[in-house]
Amino acid sequence: MLATIGVPSFEALLGHIPKELRHGKLTMPAALSETELVDRYTALSRQGEVKTSFVGAGLYHHCVPHAVDTLISRGEFFTAYTPYQPEASQGTLQSIFEFQTVAAELLGLDVANASMYDVASAAAEAVLMTLRVLGKRRRVLLSAALHPDAVRVIETYLSHLEVTIETVPLKDGRTDTAALGKLLKDDVACVLVQSPNCLGQVEETAAIAAATHGAGALSVVAVTEPTSLGLLESPGACGADIAVGEGTGIGILPSFGGPGLGLFACKEAYLRQMPGRLAGETKDADGRIGYVLTLATREQHIRREKATSNICTNHGLCALAFTIHAALLGPRGLCAVAEQSAKRARYLVGKLEAVGVKRRFAGPFYNEVVFELGAKVDAVLEKGLSRSLAAGFDLGRWRKEWKGGLMVSVTERHTKARLDELVALVTEVCR
Amino acid sequence: MTPSFKTPRARVGEPPIFEKGAPGRVGVSLPAEDVGDVPLDLPPALLRKVPPLLPEVTEPEVVRHYTRLSQLNASIDTHMYPLGSCTMKYNPRLNERVARMPGFALAHPLAPEGLQRGLLQILCELGLWLQHVTGLDAVTLQPAAGAHGELTGVMMIRAALKDRGDARRKILVPDSAHGTNPATGALNGYEIVPIKTGPEGHVKVEAVRAVMAQDVAAIMMTNPNTLGVFERDIKQIADVVHQGGGLVYMDGANLNALLGVATVADFGVDVVHVNLHKTFSTPHGGGGPGAGPVLCVQALAPYLPTPVVVGPPEAARFDHDRPKSIGKVKSFYGNFGMLLRAHCYINELGAAGVMQVGRDAIVSANYVRAALKGVFELAFDAPTMHEAVFTDKRQKEHGVSTLDVAKRLIDLGFHPPTIYFPLIAPGALMIEPTESEPKETLDEFVAALKQIDREAQETPELVKNAPTLAPARRFDEALAARKPVLRYRRQGSGT
Amino acid sequence: MNIPDGQKYTKEHEWARKDGDLVVVGITDHAQHKLGDIVFVELPAVGAQVKAGATFGTVESVKAVSDLFAPLSGEVTAVNDALTNAPETVNKDPYGSAWMIKVKPSQASELDKLLSPADYEKLCDSEG
Repeated sequence: MLATIGVPSFEALLGHIPKELRHGKLTMPAALSETELVDRYTALSRQGEVKTSFVGAGLYHHCVPHAVDTLISRGEFFTAYTPYQPEASQGTLQSIFEFQTVAAELLGLDVANASMYDVASAAAEAVLMTLRVLGKRRRVLLSAALHPDAVRVIETYLSHLEVTIETVPLKDGRTDTAALGKLLKDDVACVLVQSPNCLGQVEETAAIAAATHGAGALSVVAVTEPTSLGLLESPGACGADIAVGEGTGIGILPSFGGPGLGLFACKEAYLRQMPGRLAGETKDADGRIGYVLTLATREQHIRREKATSNICTNHGLCALAFTIHAALLGPRGLCAVAEQSAKRARYLVGKLEAVGVKRRFAGPFYNEVVFELGAKVDAVLEKGLSRSLAAGFDLGRWRKEWKGGLMVSVTERHTKARLDELVALVTEVCR
Repeated sequence: MTPSFKTPRARVGEPPIFEKGAPGRVGVSLPAEDVGDVPLDLPPALLRKVPPLLPEVTEPEVVRHYTRLSQLNASIDTHMYPLGSCTMKYNPRLNERVARMPGFALAHPLAPEGLQRGLLQILCELGLWLQHVTGLDAVTLQPAAGAHGELTGVMMIRAALKDRGDARRKILVPDSAHGTNPATGALNGYEIVPIKTGPEGHVKVEAVRAVMAQDVAAIMMTNPNTLGVFERDIKQIADVVHQGGGLVYMDGANLNALLGVATVADFGVDVVHVNLHKTFSTPHGGGGPGAGPVLCVQALAPYLPTPVVVGPPEAARFDHDRPKSIGKVKSFYGNFGMLLRAHCYINELGAAGVMQVGRDAIVSANYVRAALKGVFELAFDAPTMHEAVFTDKRQKEHGVSTLDVAKRLIDLGFHPPTIYFPLIAPGALMIEPTESEPKETLDEFVAALKQIDREAQETPELVKNAPTLAPARRFDEALAARKPVLRYRRQGSGT
Repeated sequence: MNIPDGQKYTKEHEWARKDGDLVVVGITDHAQHKLGDIVFVELPAVGAQVKAGATFGTVESVKAVSDLFAPLSGEVTAVNDALTNAPETVNKDPYGSAWMIKVKPSQASELDKLLSPADYEKLCDSEG
């Protein structure tokens, strides 16, 4: 090959690189064989394994059928890239179109994009979008029960703007609508609430959206538990203008927090202000229906510094996994998953209340509950680990004033036997 | 010739999944209801009234549908995929196996801290290796993509300048940059000042000196740049920017070409992002997920997103106490699944293997460049590294454009290169073969492009009508944009 | 090249034609040809003020987006809403049914500073 190129050596190919910059020696471990690597990773992975986990806190573990992984493992899907050439990428494009349909349906809005990194970055993009739509309004209201990571990401994305971020306080674990009413003025661009919120409570989304619209602001709703949409009213039906969501839980496993899937949907009126990729239907030269990336003029590669966002990909493979799992579930399967998760959570509440353990909040919940354990949280977690059981999330890790609460997430995976294990553990420690 | 769309095979026309199946079908099985009759006690106002329009299909129907859809795709596994700047290299299967180990796939980021040791060790080691590759001092693995890494890096620059009481308004971006660079700068509130690429395909230090001013926060350089040309003035440019009080950002999209060749820290770079899905072989997944770690010099380390992984690897931990941090750009700790795959890739290759990657990629690109020189017009006749950029200047004389060449390549069994980018090369064909392709495939690719050049002269209509052998012919993109249909709607339902 | 007489042109490829007290504005045949298939037109609301040389909207093709520059200052008195649903009109009839806005000029003399058809033709030739 060097002869064809017409150089005597590889080094001659690099003659144009200044000598003082030509240092590329690497210090890294030597190569390992496949067998050695499987052993090494098996050992490393085992350090984090537990038999049963009740940790949710914004990232939920549901049963994912094996068909999902089999299909997304097809090389034609996972070794392809962004479908720049539609004639050679119809598989990816049609599946994005199907994903957009599923996401818009679940969130109850007109249009959804091809997905974003995760719910937190999608929430930040949503807030930026409301600031574009309502250019002169410079205040943003976030519910105090929005996931702390989402709050942090929004603050980071907005840090260069002359925008005030304010927190709407809680009342009994839910966004305080009276306090919201006082904060809402004609300089508010959006109100962002999460439901179920980061304490597991279901918000009065419709009332909040109505109040938001009353002040001429836009309502943004975040959903971190996607299966809740099988049971609870959709953000769109509650009046949200923009909804964002985390897809992990449907088709996607927790994977230590990523990759996840950011869902993003809005009303048609705001379509041109929406960030992210979009696939749309069209016809080819023979009149056959197919799909292309469309409305690309909103995006960075064309509008450059005037783009709606700098995002140039989506979480394609995660969106595909989400779509395939949603298709397998169908409306009935999704509803069944949601009902089972909710019922199992209520079974647990009943059992623990019977032994005197109280819930911190009395309001409506879906599948995640905060139990008041006081100083016993550490002991429950510790004893749980000795039984290969992660008992839940210590709320004190998020905020000091939330200490003493153990947040437990229940899904359809938690059979009666597993729930009873947790009941036994908590009973033993708290008796 | 490579197995291609030539074989009679799937064509578009697979109906959307929503048109399959029949009401009542479900494709999953759930655990038995074993907790008795528990009332749901939720206020009716909070409950969903209309079920979502989801498919009602069985597992075999789903498997057949998506298998058929997959057959409409070109991919690295089926085709050479020489998308310039995207580094479409082979994705080793071991990485996939490892990422699916239950201890990784099921690990929860907020599980009790004692469970995280093995995961933290992996993050810490990967960070250290990336520091070795770039020669820089500190790292975050949090950004989910290259563009996300850029955003993070520019935010860090902003925070550092603000911290020293020196807020500046402008960012210099060469005209050969990815569109994400100006978009990232603008998203951070900066005004973008374009810099012209010199006649030899790289930015001259004089061009930077001419626009360097007190209000310039940073320069964003890509090295090698999107023409595949090494920015030989980069160190002097960095010195000029530093002397003017600005910082130097490097877009590491093309880091593949530097492996074993040069070290980013030597360029005077303060911050760089690395695309693990390019250089370190994590799968592109039809557009993501990726991972875009950011590395920086010590002076910028305080501004890294939180938390930062602190070593040594065997006792690694998260440091959340970072008062000067820009904050967070993503939930939790980044795309762990992708970071793990990159970790495994580096482990498989070892130091010698990683260095070989850079060499092989450079040789392959130069081979294609030499073989096609004289057939297609080179955008810049300058030595190149990992990719070669041609234009359609000669084929245009026969009325054949880059778009036509790309579409004809699909007929001949190749995914087209990146086209019409970089913008400074009109009608660009940007070819990056990567180290994964054997010489025989490169020869077939070259033969295909030579054939297209002949066809452009002899039977231009054949090229202009391409593709005819792909799953679809050319699409009407204007129709898609004028009357956007962005989701399936059931006929007559209005929903 | 279709460059009708009886109207003025801008360097950014808009045309401006007197219509009684008002001035009608659109983009030229050369501009629509360069952009290719027009897929979207974004125009100001009636009552908006436009300023000579400043942007008043955008026009998009599949792969490009261009700002629209006002040939003169004044108040927008009418907007061609038909372009919202039929942006392709701009390709078919740029000087007729694809007019974009009607402006009540605040300084009618601004019109005189614009390019004549002959000067505009020279500009197009030089841009190729």
